[in-house]
Amino acid sequence: MTIDGRARKFGDHVNTDYIISSTRKRDTLDVSVLKQYLFESTHPAFAASVRPGDLIVAGRNFGCGSAMEIATTVILGAGIPAVLAESFSRTFFRNAINNGLIPIECDTKGIAEGQALSIEFIATGASVKNVTTGRTVAGAPLPGIMLSILSAGGLVPYIRANGGFQT
Amino acid sequence: MTRTGRTISEKILSTKCGQPAFAGDIVVCNVDMVIGTDASAPMAIDYFEQMGGTSVFDPSKILFALDHYSPPETNSTRALHERVRAFGERYGIEVLNVGDGISHQVVVERGRVRPGDLVVGADSHTVTCGALNLFATGIGSSDLAAAMMTGQIWLKVPETLRVTLTGWRPRGLSAKDVALALVGEVGAEGASYQAIEFEGPALAQFSLEERLVFTNLAVEMGAKTAMVPIDSVTEEYLKGRASPGWEPVESDSDVEYAREVTLTLGELSPRVAMPHSPDKVLLIEEAVGQPIQMVFIGTCTGGRVSDIHTALAVLSRWGGRVARGVQLVVTPASADVRARLEADGSLAKLTAMGAVITTPGCGACCGTSGVIPGDGMNVISTANRNFKARMGNATASIYLASPAACAAAAATGKITDPR
Repeated sequence: MTIDGRARKFGDHVNTDYIISSTRKRDTLDVSVLKQYLFESTHPAFAASVRPGDLIVAGRNFGCGSAMEIATTVILGAGIPAVLAESFSRTFFRNAINNGLIPIECDTKGIAEGQALSIEFIATGASVKNVTTGRTVAGAPLPGIMLSILSAGGLVPYIRANGGFQT
Repeated sequence: MTRTGRTISEKILSTKCGQPAFAGDIVVCNVDMVIGTDASAPMAIDYFEQMGGTSVFDPSKILFALDHYSPPETNSTRALHERVRAFGERYGIEVLNVGDGISHQVVVERGRVRPGDLVVGADSHTVTCGALNLFATGIGSSDLAAAMMTGQIWLKVPETLRVTLTGWRPRGLSAKDVALALVGEVGAEGASYQAIEFEGPALAQFSLEERLVFTNLAVEMGAKTAMVPIDSVTEEYLKGRASPGWEPVESDSDVEYAREVTLTLGELSPRVAMPHSPDKVLLIEEAVGQPIQMVFIGTCTGGRVSDIHTALAVLSRWGGRVARGVQLVVTPASADVRARLEADGSLAKLTAMGAVITTPGCGACCGTSGVIPGDGMNVISTANRNFKARMGNATASIYLASPAACAAAAATGKITDPR
């Protein structure tokens, strides 16, 4: 599988409240509505400029703070299939896997806003090619259970298929 | 390398997965308590139904709290509550009412979680429960749905960061100051994916309520869980709350920790976390004088009885009035906290001084209910997060500090050293 998309660059410590404000999820859990508020506090122009297929590229500790899962589903709702970051907060990482949003831990320093990326998925992880610069970096491999959940499309289809966790 | 000594996390997760487990292993564990809130359970209920769920593993081990929208102020939040109540009724799950309090505060004070337990909660501050010598971690709504259905969760066994507390506590040093000093030193992701064990000879100088502040702020360093060993303080707290039959869990003496940090209490002093990150921690002296328009005393960090007693004492000492132009909002962490503060007259005194007392729950912490700061306001709060827009207004600036420092700011209208 290959995913091609445009890099949308963010910094370090992007917390889940910055992804989608806690106050917004009071009104609806419908991501087709909530996506217009994506990153509204820190990047007010983002929601209007995001295109389906865009890729979030961030620094360290992406998704820190609240464990609210809506932060991953709103990103998916905006048509963003994967998030690349130097490191992730553990709750965001879990929630991403559980919803089929692909989290790729890799060196993102050489990627700039708007550059074209091509991500190829191999047996254990991802290979990220910056088409603009020609540079390729490897994503950290995922443990087996995470790969199983992600390849099932998330925890809902995984549990529906298996009836529980496979040990 | 052969490893024999085991950490508290390794011991608890070994028991819960039925095999020896060490840091780095991925294990499927049986859970003892599953917690959902009005902010996370509605999505989990959708997922539970999509998973094909028709029964829950054990309704007595699941609890829902209506704490984030407390009380619901809109038709849509009211509808979320009704959805949680209906699911609870259908499957025999207890649903705490509006005003009963914050989920992780209530399970601790009612003895619903006990030493050695594995607790998962769809609220990142579920880690707070670890002060009772257990493994508690925050999860999202998918994991909540699967845990309700199967009674299980997969976990990577964390490495452990040991924090040793030594020395004697100077007058005016709060648990929040100690915790903020630690967050400042370790950083916002310095304990990422790790467990934090709080230990050391100085731990005995902190009450159970104060230890809950230590474990609460662990997640602000990225930690997966945090815990405290059992001593007479824990045993005294558990008496009359938790049913007997629990066993203390201690780290072995030959454990190799991923990292060790020692905090010498005599070298610490009041702290403030500056906007907009909990790890931007300064000595309070460096922030003194900053004008303040709103003060929030509450939350799962700073809304317990001793916090509000401290705030009341400081306010009394600093003139007994909330300063003109300052709004002081006090939100007890639970109905039990509120009842005790009503019974001893504290809430009446605070009201007379100009405070607004609001419904127990998460309150103004994350902008989901209660008072929202106005444009450009400076807020000082006993909470744990000060991200931009956290309290519902992106133009407000939030400072985090101890209940004493917050009360001193309420009395003076500016950041003030409470000593």
